[in-house]
Amino acid sequence: MAKFLIRRLVPVILTALCLTFLVFWLTNLPPNLEKIAKSEAGVRISDSEVASWLDRNGYSRPVLLRYGEWLGVAPGWRATDETGTERGRCLTARVDPAGAPRFCGVLQGWWGWSNVFKQPVSNIIALRLGLTGWLMMSVMALMVPVALLIGVLAGMREGSKLDRTLSTASIVTTATPEYVSGVVFIAIFASSMTGLKWFKGSATSAMDHITFENFFLPVLTIALYGIGYIARMTRASMAEVMTAQYIRTALLKGASFRQVVLRHALRNALIAPFTVIMLQFPWLLNGVVIVETLFNYKGFGWTLVEAAGNNDIELLLGCSVVAVVVVLVTQLISDIGYAWLNPRIRLS
Amino acid sequence: MDALTWPQLLAAVLWRLWPVWLALLATFALSIRYRNRLGLYGRLFDSPISMIGFALVMFWVFTALFAGLIATHDPLTQLSGMKNALPGAPLRNPAASVFPHYLLGGDVLARDVFSRVVVGARSVLAIAPAATAFAFMAGITLGLPAGYFGGRLDAGLSFASNLVLAFPVILLFYLLVTPEIQQTGPAIGHWRASIPNVMAAVLFAFPVIFFCTLWNARFHTDRRRRAIWLGVTLILGLWVYAGLAFNADPTGLWSMEPNLLNVFVAVVFVNAPTVFRIVRGITMDLKSRDYVAAAQTRGETAWYVMLWEILPNARGPLIVDFCLRIGYTTILLGALGFFGLGVSPESPDWGSTINAGRKLLSQFPAPALVPALALMSLVLGLNLLADGLREESLKD
Repeated sequence: MAKFLIRRLVPVILTALCLTFLVFWLTNLPPNLEKIAKSEAGVRISDSEVASWLDRNGYSRPVLLRYGEWLGVAPGWRATDETGTERGRCLTARVDPAGAPRFCGVLQGWWGWSNVFKQPVSNIIALRLGLTGWLMMSVMALMVPVALLIGVLAGMREGSKLDRTLSTASIVTTATPEYVSGVVFIAIFASSMTGLKWFKGSATSAMDHITFENFFLPVLTIALYGIGYIARMTRASMAEVMTAQYIRTALLKGASFRQVVLRHALRNALIAPFTVIMLQFPWLLNGVVIVETLFNYKGFGWTLVEAAGNNDIELLLGCSVVAVVVVLVTQLISDIGYAWLNPRIRLS
Repeated sequence: MDALTWPQLLAAVLWRLWPVWLALLATFALSIRYRNRLGLYGRLFDSPISMIGFALVMFWVFTALFAGLIATHDPLTQLSGMKNALPGAPLRNPAASVFPHYLLGGDVLARDVFSRVVVGARSVLAIAPAATAFAFMAGITLGLPAGYFGGRLDAGLSFASNLVLAFPVILLFYLLVTPEIQQTGPAIGHWRASIPNVMAAVLFAFPVIFFCTLWNARFHTDRRRRAIWLGVTLILGLWVYAGLAFNADPTGLWSMEPNLLNVFVAVVFVNAPTVFRIVRGITMDLKSRDYVAAAQTRGETAWYVMLWEILPNARGPLIVDFCLRIGYTTILLGALGFFGLGVSPESPDWGSTINAGRKLLSQFPAPALVPALALMSLVLGLNLLADGLREESLKD
């Protein structure tokens, strides 16, 4: 098991390093740095002033070195400028230059400073992730049971009328991206066009206290897109299990259909959907970004959009680290979980 | 002039779409008449689900084709007094030659929603299939050797594709689809080696490489035919390639706006790794078949086996995935528009129209609702079509 874990962990860590470097490089492209210089030192500064500002603030050194500093494996830069004050990556947050640490990167817990929110990135991300956590949890609580139920019911008797209806319904939900279903839901349930006004078209108030009225539409919007996909996978897996020899044996020995489905088929049929559900997390991330923007719920996705739109490099980097880690960890869990759930792999 | 009532409105919209109905009727009549001779396509007309899917897709294809006939107004003209007009609202002071109503209302800039959706179908249906085709070319050209040879090549390419797949799509779009990204990199002549331009130079080369390898593998014993096929492919391919990737087409026929290029390249880049994985998986499965062994024993080259033995036998799942992927690409393009990335704000494509309309959604739903439903019906059509094709190809 330990060997298995290590064999899975090494590529994951390598991927994480590559991806974070890629994001670092893309966010630190010259035009982005120039924009930062102009927003910090004045819009009308000349090109040579931009260059000297970048030089003074440590932006002009090689990207790989700066990535190392940001990660916390290379010592932070230090320099004394013409006025005699010492400047450096690790000095901005500390008062005493002598007591400043040599390394200050993500690994040491120093995630940088957000230019837009004027706060440490780690504080912002912790707060916003908490808000998104509620959203994700509610989505999972709605999506997983509904999708599994639809999938099992459809796959139980392949080709039946119930199967056709449910399968077509799942195709419809997979064809409806969040920005479409969100718009349709708001137009039907929250606008003056139909006059229903059952729910609120904005989830801003859900950041303080969540109620059914202000939170259900965003949750439903994200869940719907995933339901179809998970249901189809569950259906395929269930249909395959139902043709297996041991199911036929169970039916022939006189067990009721209901009992065969619940006792014999269900457990084996749910192994494949487990991996699919875990792999849905990266998709949920996309949905979260869209829905938080649409419903103005200021969570992690909203923060990512703000950071990207306002060229807030350090915040964007922080967000992408979280996003990449979430994606890779769920992939790892789905890999390990699949091996652990499936006795044919676990015992060999 | 009075506003139209709902039944009048429906009748007017349906009447306005007459070229589409005519074309759909002709397509269906001909296809059903000759369906026994049309192979897989003909068998689509055996199941009602795939017929509905095909009808939805063709509805939008014909709408895009006849957009000039169908649109009632210019998609960019703003008429006074029509800001946020309700569906069926009459024009304030109509000129004699202009259509007297805004059929599906006006948007926040007083433009006709109906015409914008109809014209927007053009940009959606031009970009999504083309981007999907490029992604398929790249995925097939890399996936075949990765699955066939395995080893280091496979490990390297798979790692790279997993890298792209682990990247949150929206983050990637925000990083790649900004106007400033065109200013990166050194300028070479009038071409700049910016990230999207370099990516375009690589990704757009795959179709040329693919077809050259394809003909070369087929005709490498027949010098004359090889010369003809390769020559035609190279001349046509490099002409288009020079125009699209380097904006250096001497005739000026092929070119791409920098903004559109950013969007296009980003979408191809996101789709190609998934296609790569599918092709690689199928190739690994098929390479142990008897006909592959027979071709190898005949002494055929590796590329002949991949392109002329494995690829034709992999077409079923690939066609199904192509349909699904056009839908997915449409969703991605809509998401780009929804975040206001890449395309100009005037563009009538559906994603940006939804984005523009969502601010006043709870008072005036029509400007956002109409393109949203349009996008959904197109993707639904493609998904139903893919489902029908899958069922039909499984019957073989």
